[in-house]
Amino acid sequence: MATFNNTDLAAFKDVWVFCEQRQGKLMPTDFELISEGRKLADELGVKLCGLLLGDNVEGLAKELGGYGADEVIVCESPLLKNYTTDAYTKVICDMIEQFKPEAFLIGATNIGRDLGPRCAARLHTGLCADCTHLDVDMENYKNFLRESSTLPEDRIEATSKAKVLGQDHDVSRDMKMTRPAFGGHLMASIICPRFRPSMATVRPGVMKKAPFNQAKADACKIVKPAFSLTEADIQTEVVEVVKAAKKLVDLVGADYVVSVGRGISRDVELGIKLAEELAAELGGVVGGSRAAIDSGWLSADHQVGQTGKTVHPKVYVALGISGAIQHKAGMQDSECIIAVNKNETAPIFEVADYGICGDLFKVTPMLIEAVRAAKAAK
Amino acid sequence: MKIIVCVKQVPDTSGKVAVNPDGTLDRASMQTITNPDDLNAVEAALALKEETGCKVIVVTMGPPPAEGMLREILARGADEAVLVSGREFGGSDTYATSQILAAAIHRIGVEKDDIIMCGRQAIDGDTAQVGPQIAEKLGMPQVTYAAEIHKDGDCITVKRMLEDGYMTIRVKTPCLLTCIKELNSPRYMSISGIFECYDKPMAVFDYEALKDDPLIDATTIGLKGSPTNILTSFTPPQKGAGMMLPGAEKADCEKLAGMLAAKHII
Repeated sequence: MATFNNTDLAAFKDVWVFCEQRQGKLMPTDFELISEGRKLADELGVKLCGLLLGDNVEGLAKELGGYGADEVIVCESPLLKNYTTDAYTKVICDMIEQFKPEAFLIGATNIGRDLGPRCAARLHTGLCADCTHLDVDMENYKNFLRESSTLPEDRIEATSKAKVLGQDHDVSRDMKMTRPAFGGHLMASIICPRFRPSMATVRPGVMKKAPFNQAKADACKIVKPAFSLTEADIQTEVVEVVKAAKKLVDLVGADYVVSVGRGISRDVELGIKLAEELAAELGGVVGGSRAAIDSGWLSADHQVGQTGKTVHPKVYVALGISGAIQHKAGMQDSECIIAVNKNETAPIFEVADYGICGDLFKVTPMLIEAVRAAKAAK
Repeated sequence: MKIIVCVKQVPDTSGKVAVNPDGTLDRASMQTITNPDDLNAVEAALALKEETGCKVIVVTMGPPPAEGMLREILARGADEAVLVSGREFGGSDTYATSQILAAAIHRIGVEKDDIIMCGRQAIDGDTAQVGPQIAEKLGMPQVTYAAEIHKDGDCITVKRMLEDGYMTIRVKTPCLLTCIKELNSPRYMSISGIFECYDKPMAVFDYEALKDDPLIDATTIGLKGSPTNILTSFTPPQKGAGMMLPGAEKADCEKLAGMLAAKHII
């Protein structure tokens, strides 16, 4: 059991963001989380702190201020150079017990999802996984429900109070953490009403990055508290860290994504070639549905969907993708969705702005030609 | 040496999923399956059993019908099964679930050369939290996202996947590993396995069996005790219907490209 008392909620304040670095470089999701954390800290009327662990990483801290951090807590040690569950969990939990933040956000990367649950279990608090929306302010939360759910108004109003251990509980200062469940079929808003910090891992690519502000970066305070960490605290040994040789596709940052699904099975090679040509013409990248990845047609870094990446490009083209809910969960917020599918009842057409019912092998070359001509005419 | 594999029975979310008017899942209308990543964990355990002759014990927490899933895994080659089942456990979040499973594993007993294996995440909740939280409760090291596992004495070497590459991690037993689908292809049940699975030991741990375990705090299990609560659940609204271009001819593609260009989208 945790030795520190985290049920005295009033003793906790400030919003913290774990700022993950790999090989001395901040992760893109850090800036998204700092930007989102700023919003939450303002709603709570508290400070926003980044928490940065590594070896010789202090130089990275000021940049986080430019996106909204008031303060960055920097913990440096050669033992923190590479991520290990044990070292990072120990230092983070020590910092949390010492400074008592009320909310703690972690990017839902492969490292964040290793670290978050371990910290939450040690701190005896709740953790909500892979969140796609966060609120504190009740009006903002209710407006979010009005826009993003089909709930009737009385049920939206009823979210101000929750039953906790049989008692009415006012949720106005709890972080409302919303996430998809059951492959995207359902959304759920989770609270952690009895313990602090309230913890969330946040899906990369979902939160919007704020514009960089140099004056705020200059004003950001760096704090370097003492901590204890020895080799004996670490039960695993990192033998090597290998970066993928092949350049991975940057789906999350792309303005144009052309994805392929099961519909290319008739001629996989040609289907991918057409998608690549259309993507090149638009200035974007190629993605795929789970079917395309599970069949081995594209590598896992191309996967769009609940178990893959969430994208919101300017244009998302779905070629031969039926539109299972788990795929839609990863792309339905794209600005413009174009779907090409032979089956006119395919669910992808429910979210498409423009639908073409036809054979992708026939339609795509015409689309490439038409886009080329339209761009040339401008 | 033994390997304890944690598995979960889940609704098959890849098929048709029905949602009740009140926003909860209509589980009755859905098929249940063994969580796919958990089958990779089972396969990894069975492969190590073939290599070392160790025992494989499969554990699940769930309602009594989850016994059927456990029998199937015994038919694949596991040696023993434990069903953790009790009304008091229902509605547990990941923190509460990991506490209960850690207590069950503690009761089975963890020895120096044992390994605990889990799937990376379950397709119903998609949290990936229970594995690491069991490891924390048991005070043992964890390696998540395992794509390769090699055992040499008490030393396990794991290829641990990252989004942009991988780490090679060495860890000593006892330890907990979470497995991803790249690790292996799960085997099927064998005919002889199906014949034998009903003769293999199956224990049931209820609340009474676990409540005095030092790893369990009775006030933080089940729906009431879980640190997290569901404030509300809902279905996302359908987006308004878009424009269908019926012909799929050259003129339609030109019209579409023209509209995109006019809106400065391309």
